[in-house]
Amino acid sequence: MATKILIPTPLRGYTDKLDVVEVEGSTVGELLANLTTRYTDLRKHLYTEEGTRRSFVNIYLNDDDIRYLDKDQTPVTADDTVSIIPSVAGGGWS
Amino acid sequence: MGLQPLVIRADADNRIRRHGQEAYPHECCGALIGRDRVVTEALALPNSTDEGPRRRFLVRPVDYLAAERRATALDAELLGFYHSHPDSPARPSRYDLDHAWPAFAYVIVAVEQATPRALTSWRLREDRSAFDEETVAVEPD
Repeated sequence: MATKILIPTPLRGYTDKLDVVEVEGSTVGELLANLTTRYTDLRKHLYTEEGTRRSFVNIYLNDDDIRYLDKDQTPVTADDTVSIIPSVAGGGWS
Repeated sequence: MGLQPLVIRADADNRIRRHGQEAYPHECCGALIGRDRVVTEALALPNSTDEGPRRRFLVRPVDYLAAERRATALDAELLGFYHSHPDSPARPSRYDLDHAWPAFAYVIVAVEQATPRALTSWRLREDRSAFDEETVAVEPD
């Protein structure tokens, strides 16, 4: 079963310029694992070297942040849309 | 191979500087919209940080999506983001590096005692180890 993942502008250089990718998986975690297996260079921008997802990478299932659902265990169906949505953060010298 | 210059239209350049001035002593932030490395619009966005806006900025997902939608509506691209460094140099901090996205231009305007000064642009290296500075050219609208 394939589910759509929406790819934000800064990551499309790693997905053959595609803004939507269809990936197999029954949970959000499986989808993302399969996505980064297909497009391996994506991985370092989504995950730290320790393998945790970077804090400014937000994953939404339809309109909901998966942090408030079952995180990576959140189930998905073919009718769902998963979105990778950036937070953009930074700041001056303190 | 060097990076192509980032061209910023004069109106967008003025908006970035004015936003930095108005937000002082807090950081301002916004999106850079245009095509082919030419920024034609600087879209001001709220600084939603809860870590102290004098030294941090945050564009929330909902505002990020608004910037993507604005770019699409203009038949343009989201080229990057800008923010200000109040009383701090126009160079990316370690915090900027840790939070950077690839491919985007990161424009920084230094604001010294409420007066905009240097404006620079930076791009994340592929291995995330550092930013490279890119030349900025301000051109008439």
